[in-house]
Amino acid sequence: MWGIIRQKVGTGGISAPSMQRIRPAVSAWRSYSSSGKEMTVRDALNSALDEEMSADPKVYVMGEEVGEYQGAYKITKGLLDKYGPERVVDTPITEAGFAGIGVGSAYYGLRPVIEFMTFNFSMQAIDHIINSAAKSNYMSAGQINVPIVFRGPNGAAAGVGAQHSQCYAAWYASCPGLKVLAPYSSEDARGLLKAAIRDPDPVVFLENELLYGESFPVSAEVLDSSFCLPIGKAKIERAGKDVTITAFSKMVGYALKVINLRSIRPLDRATINASVRKTNRLVTVEEGFAQHGVGAEICTSVIEDSFGYLDAPVERISGADVPTPYAANLERMAFPQVEDIVRAAQRACFRSVPMAAAA
Amino acid sequence: MSSAFSAINTVQRPPHASVSQENPSVRSSLPFLGSTHKLRPNSLHKNGASIRRQSSIVAVSDVVKQKKTKSSSSLPNLLITKQEGLVLYEDMILGRAFEDMCAQMYYRGKMFGFVHLYNGQEAVSTGFIKQLKKEDCVVSTYRDHVHALSKGVPARAVMSELFGKTTGCCRGQGGSMHMFSREHNVLGGFAFIGEGIPVAAGAAFTSKYKREVLKEADCDHVTMAFFGDGTANNGQFFECLNMAALWKLPIIFVVENNLWAIGMSHLRATSDPQIYKKGPAFGMPGVHVDGMDVLKVREVAQEAVARARRGDGPTLVECETYRFRGHSLADPDELRDPAEKAHYATRDPITALKKYMIENNLVEEAELKAIEKKIDEVVEEAVEFAEASPVPVRSQLLENVFADPKGFGIAPDGRYRCEDPKFTEGTAHV
Repeated sequence: MWGIIRQKVGTGGISAPSMQRIRPAVSAWRSYSSSGKEMTVRDALNSALDEEMSADPKVYVMGEEVGEYQGAYKITKGLLDKYGPERVVDTPITEAGFAGIGVGSAYYGLRPVIEFMTFNFSMQAIDHIINSAAKSNYMSAGQINVPIVFRGPNGAAAGVGAQHSQCYAAWYASCPGLKVLAPYSSEDARGLLKAAIRDPDPVVFLENELLYGESFPVSAEVLDSSFCLPIGKAKIERAGKDVTITAFSKMVGYALKVINLRSIRPLDRATINASVRKTNRLVTVEEGFAQHGVGAEICTSVIEDSFGYLDAPVERISGADVPTPYAANLERMAFPQVEDIVRAAQRACFRSVPMAAAA
Repeated sequence: MSSAFSAINTVQRPPHASVSQENPSVRSSLPFLGSTHKLRPNSLHKNGASIRRQSSIVAVSDVVKQKKTKSSSSLPNLLITKQEGLVLYEDMILGRAFEDMCAQMYYRGKMFGFVHLYNGQEAVSTGFIKQLKKEDCVVSTYRDHVHALSKGVPARAVMSELFGKTTGCCRGQGGSMHMFSREHNVLGGFAFIGEGIPVAAGAAFTSKYKREVLKEADCDHVTMAFFGDGTANNGQFFECLNMAALWKLPIIFVVENNLWAIGMSHLRATSDPQIYKKGPAFGMPGVHVDGMDVLKVREVAQEAVARARRGDGPTLVECETYRFRGHSLADPDELRDPAEKAHYATRDPITALKKYMIENNLVEEAELKAIEKKIDEVVEEAVEFAEASPVPVRSQLLENVFADPKGFGIAPDGRYRCEDPKFTEGTAHV
């Protein structure tokens, strides 16, 4: 599977020039880590699940192919042997049924981690994610909280077609009562998944299939079993001084200086606004559709809170307003590429030059 | 022995067949507005008495069957003690009085939105839920007031909730369709039919998990999922029948077949209207019971609960029942045949139980009247309490969205991040 992803990455989803862009960024960061250890996102997620399951016997994993198949994307590899079939539960193909069973078991005291093979399949279960998970703490006035995690790959892979490629960040993040997390690096993956499993509320954990095989440096602190990241806090991967670029999940790798949102809901408006007040320009990047997307929310948030600080109109980079095509060249055009981000940043920087400054 | 409580195995003649025989003129004068007269002969003709007698009961134990045969002889073997009878009677009267009061309050404007009343179906709620312990769970649909009351939620808490007051069981945030109680293990109250079934299966999964993984050996808690005939056509129902039988979950699926899903007759919506048959298709017993007879319901419930507690897995029980009022208080209820309503009104579960207890000299009429009076007072007090309670304060709007107060998650030391004074408004560089 590794080989196939590599190949597809090379030809389909991420174009070759941008692959070269990503690599130097990672190796540039390497010099910032204290230990030389690297970890793939897949191993990060696997180790996070393993540690949380061993720490709390109420945590269990449920989903299609999570057990004997070792996980459709091998995220749950080895867990069945370690914890047994009662805690790593292979289900029939019944997203609505097993998502609801997960929610019901969370109502009554367990801490399920429900895996969707991709978040596109979560649409069959979205009734449970929204109506019985997200809304329950509110409807019951705090009596019934739902400590459940819904996780799985989100967004486009390479060449998988329209029904397997949608990004659901905006859909879930619009619903109060859910926490929506989107990790990028291995550190994010480990820290946020651990935080999600320990969290008393429903969490939608949006991974990315193409990132599973990517390696990132991890410090000793990240490898510690008690490590977890806060929810609702973005990470400034590297501060820019000319323009604020926000991104999440795979798009973080497309820009050197970017705010890695990590948490779509609650959104870290404070960090984004603070950054915009320094740079005066904003570009939001996402894989999903533009209308009603995450970028739309960020742009509005900045306009509401920091309008006076903006020197240029806010820019949204998003996926093309089409269901994802299959043909490799069309698919490439349907998602943001590094060139798009560069062009947008340039537009934001050069668009408004104050007349006084020119004179 | 009174005919209303004949043996479970006896054929229940389809109600419309009997109606049409009693009053043939009615049948021909009514237009076909979704009524079942024209459909019944075609669909049920082949499902005659013999088939129903053979396949209806799969789970009732031999002990119960023996009791039945004995009771058809001259000396009746009573099905309940006086104490049990009084408990059942009081619970059904509470359900009926409460729902009637809800109707009154709705038309006076104290209650609003969607209110779905349970009049006529009390035997199902009482018969099943009174078999449960406090730790057992109940999951229901929007017609959930009486399920909550039978499970033990105080009437005043339910009434306040319906009035939208802050003293309600969900502080006024849930409403009629979303009754939750952690204390009494009422896990909702769902507006989407079918949504409660997987949730109930999940609670049953937890019971099994606690016993097998967490090694709480005495955890034999069962869950009951209540839903209607319309839900029995929904995909989630079948998904859960499969998984419950596959994993032998301690759950009882209770179908309250009141023949109507708003205005859609069960026979117009279902290819095979005998819902109990869907149980064996998935590998669990399917039982059909007269849902207007609390004693029969109670016996089936006892058997199903015992089965689940033993670890033998789920049971599907179809209760043939009827709602005397419309689907909700906003439903004009024009499609149902008045003759059908009249027929079921004669089978009112409360009058039937009363008749049984008096005829078998279990109680005096005065005792039952005393219970009715007591319940009237309880319901009156509930209304007064609800009226006097305050509406929620403004700050309550934004409360309880998350269990986590600020939404920042849990720190490595296990406490909420927001409780840590060193957790600044900075970025995620921890």
